[in-house]
Amino acid sequence: MKHKVRYFALFREQTGCASECVEWSGGTTSELFSLLTGKHANLRAEAAALVAVNDEMSGWDQVLEDHDEVLFFPPVAGG
Amino acid sequence: MRFEVSDSAIDLMAARMTVADDSSGALVVFEGWVRDHNDGRAVQRLEYEVYKPLAEKEGARILDEARTRFLVPNAVCIHREGLLEVGDIAVIVCVSSPHRAAAFDACRYIIDQTKSRLPIWKKEHYVSGTSEWVNCQHCASAAHVQGEAHRESDHDR
Repeated sequence: MKHKVRYFALFREQTGCASECVEWSGGTTSELFSLLTGKHANLRAEAAALVAVNDEMSGWDQVLEDHDEVLFFPPVAGG
Repeated sequence: MRFEVSDSAIDLMAARMTVADDSSGALVVFEGWVRDHNDGRAVQRLEYEVYKPLAEKEGARILDEARTRFLVPNAVCIHREGLLEVGDIAVIVCVSSPHRAAAFDACRYIIDQTKSRLPIWKKEHYVSGTSEWVNCQHCASAAHVQGEAHRESDHDR
């Protein structure tokens, strides 16, 4: 299963990239993030992190489909 | 009803006029300003990063929710992106309504939801020369908690 993954703000700095293509066996958004914390030594899970799939807010138990674009948002701080 | 992300200074009077309505007897405005300190540190400027496609989509949803919950006919929210100096307006919410109670409630709802739900991040640049992404504690407590996430973080405030 292939995905384009995008990182924002703190996550982009921790991974050192704004986006990458990931190929894996498949699973949930949470499982994908765990896989990526193994790949990027500085990428750390945050309690209030959010995830979006194909430009819609999603959840950490969302099962991904092939070619879904996954956006990882560190804790937001608008206003 | 509209939500906007702006890369230039917010025009306060223009924002007010977008909610002008002869049937409204109340206008409530919230302005978020860039202050010169946070958590004991002297702040020189702020940098807002916004993922615009989703921020505008979710922002429009928040305004729709406010209209449905509080029956306010007119609301607008404009959020800045980019580099802001101390004293700049970072966000503005304007709500007009026939009566003030609904306008106050809707304004509070819109700013609270904007802070906790939208893909917007704030980096503080300190007078000392360092900088750091802000992790809003209030927002953290309201947001979805990731199963394996660390509860303690260098960035928690």
